[in-house]
Amino acid sequence: MTLLAVERIKLFSTRSPWWCMALAVTLTVGMAALIAANTNDEFPLSVGVSQSFSNFGMIVIMVMAALAVTTEYRFGTIRATFLAVPGRVQALIAKTVVVAVLAGVIGEVVAFGSWGISTLIKPNADMAINSSVEWRNVAGTGLVFALSAVLAVAVGTLVRQTAGAVAILLVYALLVESLIGLIPKIGVNIQEWMPFMHANNFLTADSAALPEGAGPPRLDFPFGPWGSLAYFAAISVGLLVVALAVAKKRDA
Amino acid sequence: MIEAAGLTKHYGPTVAVDDLSFTVEAGRVTGFLGPNGAGKSTTMRMILGLDTPNKGQALIDGKRYSELKRPLGTVGALLDAKWVHPNRSARSHLRWLAKSNHISDKRVDEVLEMVGLTAVAKRNAGGFSLGMAQRLGIAGALLGDPKVLLFDEPVNGLDPEGIVWIRQFMHRLAADGRTVLVSSHLLSEMAQTAHELIVIGKGKLIAQTSTEQFIKDATEDNVRVRSPHAVKLRELLAGSATVTSDEVDGALVVHGLDPASIGDLAAANGIVLHELSPQRGSLEAAFMQLTKESVEYHAAES
Ligand SMILES: Nc1ncnc2c1ncn2[C@@H]1O[C@H](COP(=O)(O)OP(=O)(O)OP(=O)(O)O)[C@@H](O)[C@H]1O
Ligand SMILES: [Mg+2]
Repeated sequence: MTLLAVERIKLFSTRSPWWCMALAVTLTVGMAALIAANTNDEFPLSVGVSQSFSNFGMIVIMVMAALAVTTEYRFGTIRATFLAVPGRVQALIAKTVVVAVLAGVIGEVVAFGSWGISTLIKPNADMAINSSVEWRNVAGTGLVFALSAVLAVAVGTLVRQTAGAVAILLVYALLVESLIGLIPKIGVNIQEWMPFMHANNFLTADSAALPEGAGPPRLDFPFGPWGSLAYFAAISVGLLVVALAVAKKRDA
Repeated sequence: MIEAAGLTKHYGPTVAVDDLSFTVEAGRVTGFLGPNGAGKSTTMRMILGLDTPNKGQALIDGKRYSELKRPLGTVGALLDAKWVHPNRSARSHLRWLAKSNHISDKRVDEVLEMVGLTAVAKRNAGGFSLGMAQRLGIAGALLGDPKVLLFDEPVNGLDPEGIVWIRQFMHRLAADGRTVLVSSHLLSEMAQTAHELIVIGKGKLIAQTSTEQFIKDATEDNVRVRSPHAVKLRELLAGSATVTSDEVDGALVVHGLDPASIGDLAAANGIVLHELSPQRGSLEAAFMQLTKESVEYHAAES
């Protein structure tokens, strides 16, 4: 408990997390507003459509999560931390928990914010969240944000440098996972096992967010939505375990 | 008390610390002296559990650092004054440190007062001068009111006023019965700060003695002697002293006999002296002499 309080003080006593949080929310909610304003009879607004840009927020939150570790390495405060708390694993788990909880809260703010602003802009659209698919699509965003924050903390801990960690996360999440589908034949099969694809499957499986034919072809996932979430969680936590083992062993 | 036993640390092919053993006693300031790259910082990081030694171990009051329950209550350390987030206020920096070891916010304000940073406590540490950063680091080390303190080059880059302040501070800490280990690469600085010296070079122990003894040994007087009968005098002195020749003018440099004895010996043997002058070596010259073989980076000699 004490360690959680320590990491909370650390996180909130500098400005950059606040900036990242504000950016994640305004960017995503702003995009949702833009989409809602441009929907029409051909492309009607729905709960799913209002959520289509939550990835934007997720990327920003992953940057924030990675920074929470890499700035500690950059400024040497990680050594001060390990002096105060020689149990490195506990200290880093506390940091991960604080960052993940914060990411989860932001995820919910982003999701319900996007939904709310869409509802305001098009009060006549069918925006009731009344199926389990729609609930998963909106409220599930917090879970995905939290888990991707865990993954980002793990990458930050392994790489230790801000530029490197952020580059890896951005290139991987934005480019690698979608471009790999372009490899003929096997590309799509690989994609069906990639973590962020599963995160997306959890959020959007069975929803009719996009009209038939729009967007990338649907993948044939090995799991249902909750299986996909579990798979995404396993990869994030697995990477964190590796990162903790490395941090424990190496010189601070 | 700090006990290092056989500490050894390799970084790839470089041996930063080589089978180093020493003890640091409570109640006095112990200087940890060595030229740049001697392995002082590495040794301190190993004592504090940040780096893992390849061999050997360091104990603080009988325990390894990682075994300490609330480490800041036992050991306070200032390894690098820059280890603060530049956009975090001095007070916030101390608050998270305090929180991690169940230390009250009241104590945070106390140590800020002790180091004279109360007025700037809300300012971001990134805007601090080196002297202020050093004080903030010391405040952090004092938070848990620890019995053992380690400071790595605390006076580096400070102005004379700051140096005197830190020196007096260390003396007070030691007078309270605490264990104080301070590193430096300047013997002249340590001569005024430390009661006891641990001298290392290239990661190896060179000496552990009282500062007084070390300085006496290191700067033991030489006597310059010139005489028309230099060869004969040299033979006479050879039994009781070491004699070398000055490279420039060929005068004898006698080590191990005082000027009076040399004069008496010359008179008894009817030898004329043209010069008989005691030479006191400087502290730094003596230190350089002592660590010469072990200095890692010699300046290119011209
Ligand atoms: N993390 C590291 N990786 C590789 N080599 C290192 C590392 N830390 C120290 N060294 C090397 O170990 C040796 C001892 O370094 P150390 O910093 O302990 O010396 P020092 O006595 O503190 O010197 P200074 O007076 O310059 O602070 C040096 O050769 C240094 O280059
Ligand atoms: Mg050093």
